This record gives sequence, structure tokens and C-alpha cells, in this order.
Amino acid sequence: MSQKFDIIVVGGGHAGCEAAAVAARMGVSTALVSFTKESIGAMSCNPAIGGLGKGHLVREVDAFDGLIGRAADAAAIHYRMLNLSKGTAVQGPRVQADRKLYKAAIHRMLGAQDDLTIVEGEVASLILSESRVSGIVMADGSAIHAQAVILATGTFLNGKLFRGEERLEGGRTGEAASVSLGQQIRDAGLPIARLKTGTPPRLDGRTINWAVLPEQPSDDDEWTMSPLSKGRTVPQTFCAVSRTNSETHEIIRGSLDRSPLFSGAIDAQGPRYCPSIEDKIHRFADRDSHQVFLEPEGLDTNLVYPNGISTSLPADVQLAFVRSMDGLERAEIVVPGYAVEYDHIDPRALDRSLRVRDLEGLYCAGQINGTTGYEEAAAQGLIAGIGAACAVQGKDAPALDRGTSYMAVMIDDLVLQGVTEPYRMLTARAEYRLRLRADNASTRLTPMAMALGCVAAERSQWFDERQRERDDIFSALDAVHSSEDLAKLGINVRRDGTKQSLFQWLRFPNITIASLEDLEACLKKGDPDLMAEIEEDARYAPYLERQESELRDLRANEQIRLGDDMHYAVIAGLSNEMVERLTTAQPETLAAASRIRGITPAALAAILVHARRRDSRNMAA
Amino acid sequence: MLSADDTIFALSSGQPPAAIGIIRISGPRAGQALEFLTGSLPKPRVAALSNITNMVNGELLDSALCLWFPGPNSATGEDLAEIHCHGGRAVIRAIETALEQIEGLRQAEPGEFTRRAFTHGKMDLAEAEGLSDLLFAETELQRKAAVRNAGGALSRKVDDWQQQILALSARVEAELDFSDEDDVAPGQAAVVQNSARPLVEEMRNLLQRPRAEKLRDGIRVVLGGPPNSGKSTLLNALVEREAAIVSDIAGTTRDVIEVPIALGGIPFLFIDTAGVRESGAETIEQIGIDRAHQQFSAADIILWLGEEGQGPALDNLIEISSRCDHPLHQPKASTAFTLSPVSGVGMDALVDHLIIRAKDILPNGDQVSVNARQANLLSIACDNLAAIVDEADYLIVAEHLRMARKALDEITGKASTEDMLDGLFGKFCIGK
Repeated sequence: MSQKFDIIVVGGGHAGCEAAAVAARMGVSTALVSFTKESIGAMSCNPAIGGLGKGHLVREVDAFDGLIGRAADAAAIHYRMLNLSKGTAVQGPRVQADRKLYKAAIHRMLGAQDDLTIVEGEVASLILSESRVSGIVMADGSAIHAQAVILATGTFLNGKLFRGEERLEGGRTGEAASVSLGQQIRDAGLPIARLKTGTPPRLDGRTINWAVLPEQPSDDDEWTMSPLSKGRTVPQTFCAVSRTNSETHEIIRGSLDRSPLFSGAIDAQGPRYCPSIEDKIHRFADRDSHQVFLEPEGLDTNLVYPNGISTSLPADVQLAFVRSMDGLERAEIVVPGYAVEYDHIDPRALDRSLRVRDLEGLYCAGQINGTTGYEEAAAQGLIAGIGAACAVQGKDAPALDRGTSYMAVMIDDLVLQGVTEPYRMLTARAEYRLRLRADNASTRLTPMAMALGCVAAERSQWFDERQRERDDIFSALDAVHSSEDLAKLGINVRRDGTKQSLFQWLRFPNITIASLEDLEACLKKGDPDLMAEIEEDARYAPYLERQESELRDLRANEQIRLGDDMHYAVIAGLSNEMVERLTTAQPETLAAASRIRGITPAALAAILVHARRRDSRNMAA
Repeated sequence: MLSADDTIFALSSGQPPAAIGIIRISGPRAGQALEFLTGSLPKPRVAALSNITNMVNGELLDSALCLWFPGPNSATGEDLAEIHCHGGRAVIRAIETALEQIEGLRQAEPGEFTRRAFTHGKMDLAEAEGLSDLLFAETELQRKAAVRNAGGALSRKVDDWQQQILALSARVEAELDFSDEDDVAPGQAAVVQNSARPLVEEMRNLLQRPRAEKLRDGIRVVLGGPPNSGKSTLLNALVEREAAIVSDIAGTTRDVIEVPIALGGIPFLFIDTAGVRESGAETIEQIGIDRAHQQFSAADIILWLGEEGQGPALDNLIEISSRCDHPLHQPKASTAFTLSPVSGVGMDALVDHLIIRAKDILPNGDQVSVNARQANLLSIACDNLAAIVDEADYLIVAEHLRMARKALDEITGKASTEDMLDGLFGKFCIGK
């Protein structure tokens, strides 16, 4: 028996769900294939969504009417805005999510989605002929045909678990690894490398002495991950903070020889910014304590996730060091922590829509591309889903560049630089971050999403109304007022007769839209989130203007196409290292080439000359 | 745009007539062109004496030394040929005409040889600019400074700053991205701000040095004083005294005469404000005075030949008592130079003093200097660093650091755009 769809998505994690959902929203018939229906939408690691940089990705996916933001709100038992003391551009919305509620929300949204079919079963192989992928073969021998296949298989490719001296095959505990699919991808010549990640032991919350630990309550503000969510629907809980101490460190140091990280069993590169506790203690020997956040996994479970002590030490050592910490003296471990080593594809083999350059019809999204995190996965799923759907519909995928979104920053980094450790989003990666804020994701991206046809009616209506309101506020802020006008309102300004628009007055930190509402009637009513967004626009306006000219240069160089037929080895003046990097990444434009590490201006000029020569030859031919 | 595929040629030595003329040919057809003119290709990098013939009529044009440098091991990174012929105008014109007749060859645009060297990775932008200044260098001091930049001294300095700013950025980014995770101790602001200060100082120091162009344009010495105070006589004495006039009298305007003179290997530009007050009409008089004052304020050194104490009140003013052999001579106070351009008395002392003053004003042989483009970018970097010293918003600090890094990147050419390169290379002498 065989079935036929436009697009098949393999894997029901965050990348797979977003990929399948966006393709279906664009009206393309889509199959989402998972081992079991039950495991779709599972949060396999920390039950938290968002954070610094990651919160931006959630809001951006949400701006395309994606799932992750609304599902997070439906499951959120704890809200925290990280970096609240700093500018909104680096504030990171983050929630603790109840696993069950999250999964239920994802199932609900996928179930309600037209053009989306969920297929249960194991994928045995890709249908591959002459460098073209045209479907998959299931373990039971049945075939499913499609024009495009999106692999979102997470750590399931040749995954290996490590805990002390123990070794297990599999992606997550208790699930089988996709060994045969992994082998086929290797055989097809895709560049494969290995990375590792880890997870902490899960604790039984009933055995934690919460009373002695400082509490971290949910934020009072009523903000949500998605602007479409109607407030907080789930009871809010609190997290607590414990710390490692010298005894903890002593126990871990004494057992380092039993850690697969130090015995040499794992030689893949782990994340520098999220190291295991044994790594932290080894590398930062001068620190005598590390913070550990105790995060409840849900409302009707006693599982607690101790954030900060990811480990692959043997279970007995894990128990000993956990119990050395305040409030955890009698803690019980329900599931010990472990490290996972897994295959990933060198993302430099992909183009900007995450399509494999050398295998027609195949896309890769999520952890398979060497990233870490739900949010990074979800954003890639969205981009791959849009790319595949656009290909099926015969239109160009939208051009997202580094000036438009964190998603584009991430994909640009991945396909040009590759990864040397699991890639995580950081605000530092976004050079235009003053304009790429979590609070203006809708303004930045929803128009593009609507033009693409992946936004449902509810969000379109909401957005149109919001834009009208935004336009009204902006025209009200165009009104010119003098320093005397402001002083009359009781605002502390220098009365030097300065006259400027209200938007310009908003540059001063002590002036808010609310403080100006007596001057312009329409400033009275507005949506507070929208007001805050506009105030922030005004505050950083001089910097945004300067970046604007930088972006014009960038976009001009994005117009100079290089493409796949550049033979870098024949260009005089390029070092072997440059040739290797350029050949691996095959930058699509001159601007992209300029961002590849180690490419000098002289090299760029040589590439430009070569490209011009090629173009004039092509034109003559 | 002219094609980079073309083979280009130009006279690379000075304007004829001269003892020798060097014609350079660079590009894919350089070897073919040389073969065409001489009948054979010499061994790579070995000079060979050959007859140059016009292949149209078989006429012998010259007997010349020919050199052949196959790419990429050549100055431009392309195939390169050199013809060292006799330096008469007729010979050179004849060879150039013969080259022009070969298909695919054309005269080089200004700076095109250097641009090709840059394109083929033979030098970075700061080095290219150093070379540009080297080509213009006419005095020993200019040459030293140009050699220094061409050797990458400025690039190294900028790289060093870049590394330090990157380290500061890393601290700020750590605070922005990781302070909430307790991996970074808060309070990086003070460290960053304190580390930025010495960098700002260093950059300001470099910016306060005279521009690299100053080495080319010379120390501005303005001769001031009322008409008939002896300015022109002094200037003429300086000019006649020095055989090393580096070019013809240039920049003559209605009011001002500029004369470049090298003294002790140092370039000077003497400016005579002659004629400034010779007009009778009041408005014109005023304009003349304004111009003189502009000259004074732009001067590195002022030689005041007027009445003692009547010159502009500037620190760089030297009182000159210039008619010591005149019967009506009234000596100035003892700090003034007393001399006679006519008899030559005191002239050596003045020249020696000017050279000493100039050495303080110009970067000495061991200093890096910047040209106007580099100075502009360096000021941007410097201003951005200075801006973070009192800034409390980490986001803004990070943005200023990013812009400082970007400006420094542009000095070494990392962020180069085609327009910038065109502008830069357009400045070059043809054929260099």
C-alpha cells in the first residue's frame, strides 16, 4: 500500500510539529510521521520554553502563527522575564511548562489543522534516486511518496546514551534510535559529525525541603508568550533556588574518572554555554558554588528538574552530590541524568531554506543540524516547512536576512559557519538586535507571514487592528510640541524652547507615552504592549537609524549572487583554508561570503571579480 | 566598468624624458604580448636583452631589458611582464602604440595595478594605502612612514585594538546573555569602562599626530608681515638656497603663493601671504586679512617678519628680524632670529631650527600615522569608545563597541565595499 502527500515531515518534536503545521497552514498536504502519536509534542529535556535569545525565537515563530508560543502559554505554570533590568532588546520571556498540558495543546492545534495527517510508525529509509528524495519507506515496508521530505529527527540518529560506565542506544531514554535511516544518510554522502548534550537527574519534589530554599515566584505582570493568548489560564507555581557547595564539588571531583566525559568515552563536543556540572567544576575550579534552579515539571507530577546540574556521572555519584545541597538532603532521584552523543549533519550542506543542496527534495530541521533547544528547533522547523511548501507551490521562499529576525541570524550562522558545539541562540549573535526585539516580533514579521499565506484568520484580524492602532499612535506622536508644553504636564524637561515631535521627546528616559496622553487624545486608550514597543522604538531611534544605513550596504551585497557553480579552487589569491570553507558553505551571495570566518577583503574582491567574469561569460554565451 | 579580464599596460616609471622607461604589462595576455614584441619569452624572473619590433611593419623600436613574472608569483598576482627601455618620449610612445594594437590589451586606469595586487591577495587595504603614499613619497621621511604602513604597522596596531575591544565586547555580551544564569559575576560595567579609557587615549594620541598626508603635503610654514617686510625675499632665498625643490611652484592663487621645499629630507610648504594687504578697497582688504588669518590658523609654523608682537598671538609664531644688514635695522628681542636673506647671515640657524621644529611636529621615523580616511574611521571608533564611559545601558554599550569594531574593520578593509575601493584606487598614479 502506498500513500501520497506534498510534504512528509519525519519527527514530531518541536521542529517537526512547526514544519508540518506551517506547511499545512499554507495549504500544502502534509504528513507528520512519528514513532508513536503519543510522543508528538514531547518536551524531552527541561520543561521550560523561552529565555535569553530563545524567547525571541518563540515570539518570531509565533508571529508566523506558529504553535510554540500558544502551546507554552496553555501550559505555563511559571512566567519569568529574564534580564528585566536591561533594555527590552535583550529581555527574554521564559516560562515553565507543564509537560502534559504542553503536549495536549500541541495535539489540539495539530488536530484542528486542515491538510495535516499524522502517520504513526518507524521510518526505515528515504526513497532516493539520482540525488532526489521522493518519499519514505516505513519499517512495515509501506511507502509514502511526497515532493519533499523534512527530517526533524532530533538526536535519534545513531544516538548513544552515557551514564557513568553504562551505555545505551537510543535518542531519549526508553526510545529506539533511527539507526537504519542514519546509515542511509551517511551513505548518501551527507557530511556527518557528532555532538553531545546532557540532562540532569529528575528529582521527586516531595522529597525536597522547599521551606529552607529561596523562592522564585512567577512574574506579576500579565505578559504572555503569544499575544493571541488570553492571559494566564493555568495556576501559577514557584521555582526555588539551591546551590552547589564545597562538599558537592568534592564529591564530583573525586568521581571525575567515572564520568564518560573525562574517561574519553565521549569525545564529541558539548555546549560551552550549558556545560555539565562536572565540566563546570573542572573548568571553573575557582568557583566554590553554582546556582541550581529547582523547576517543577508540571501541576500533577512530583517531578522536579534541577536546572544547572546536567551530568553523566554514575547514578550513585549523582545521588551523593544532589544530597550534599541545601534543601536536597533527603532528595530522591526518579530518573538519573545522562549524556547523549548523536550524529548531526554539517549544516553547511544546507541552503537558506534548510534544503540539502545536493539531494533534491530533502530538508533538515532542528537538532539534526547541530543546534540545541526547543526554540531553535521550532524556528528551523518553521523555516524548513515554509521552504518546502514554497517549493511545492513553485514560489520563492521569503528572504529573511540578519536585519529581520533571530531566525535568519541562526540559519545564516548555521549554513555559513557550521557548528563546533551544539548551537544555541544568544542575543550576542544578532548584530542588529536593537531592532530585533522579542516585543516587536509581530510588527517585524507578521506582514511577511500574512503575505506568505500561513496566518489564520484570528491572527490576521488581531494584527490588522493592531496595525491601525499603531498607525494612529505614530501619527499622534508626529505632533510637534515645545519643552514648555511638556513642562506644563509636570514633566521634568529643560525649558529651553526646544520644539520637536513627541516621538523625539520619547527619547528621554523620563518621558513615556502615558505621560503625554493629555496632549494627544488617541494616546489615552492604547494597548499597553504596543505603547511599550513604540516607546522602545523611540528610545533607540538614533541607533536604529544608523543601523539602517548599515543594512542598506548589507542588502546591496546580498544582491550579488554567487551560487552553487562557484569553483573557489581556481580563484587566485585564496588560501587553501578559505577555499575549503567557501566550498563547504557555498555562500549564496557576496554578503554571505563576507561573513564566513577568515575571509579577507582581498579574498572578497577576488571572489567578486571571478563572479563578474563568470556572469559576463554567461551573458555572452 | 572596465573588465578585470583585460590585460593592462602602462609606463610605470616617471614621466619621460628619462634615462630609462619601465613599461609594465599585467593580465592573462602579458606573456603573449611580450612574446609578440620580442619574438620569445625570457626565462621567468631573469632579465634578458631583446629587440622590440613593431610587428605590423617590422620596424625595430628599441633594444630593451625584458622581464617575465608568471602569476601568481608577481607583484600583481597575475602574469606580469616588464620592458625596461630607453626613456625618450618617442620610444615609449612607439612601444605603447604597439601594445595597444594587440587585442585584449589596453592602457591601465589609475591605480589599476595596485587594485589587481589587492584583488589577488597581495596586500590588505591599509598596506595598499601605505603603498599609495609610498608612491607619492618624495622625501626620505615620507618614504620611511610609507614603508612602515605598507609593512603593516598600522594594521597591527588596529588589530591590537580590535582584540582589546573584542575582549570588552565579550564581557558586555556575557553580562547581557548570561548574568541571569549566574555564570557571570555582575558588575562588568566598571571593568569595561575603565579598560576603554586607555584605548580612547591611545586612539586620540594617534589622531593628534599629523595625518599621513601631512608628510606628503609638508609642514605648513606661513610667512607673515605687512607688505615690504621682506617675506618674498626670505622665501626666494630659501628656494634658491635649496637645490632640492620638489616641484614647480604650485597652488598659486590671487592672494597666496605656496612653495614646497625639502629641507634636511623633510617636506615643507612655505606660504607667502604676499599681496594680502596691497589692495586699496576696504572690502577686499577685509577679505585679504581673513585669508591671511585662515593661513595663520592652519599653519604649523609662522615666520613673523612684521613688527615685534604685532603678529597673530599663536604659540607657533617665530619672530624674524630679517634685515640685519639694513641700515635702518631695528633688532627684535633676543629670542628672535636675526638674519639677512641677501647676505645669507643667520639663514643656516633658521633652517636648522625649522628642521628641529618639524621633527617635533611630524611623526618621527618610528611612529605609525594615519591618512584622512583612516583618521575618520579611527575617530568613529574613538568616539564610540568614549561614549561608553558614562553609559549605563548595557545595550548601548554593546552597540557602541560593535560600531567601534566595525570602524576598525573598515580601516583594514574588512568591511570594504566596491565604491570605497574605487575611491581609494582612483587616487593612484597610473602604472604603479
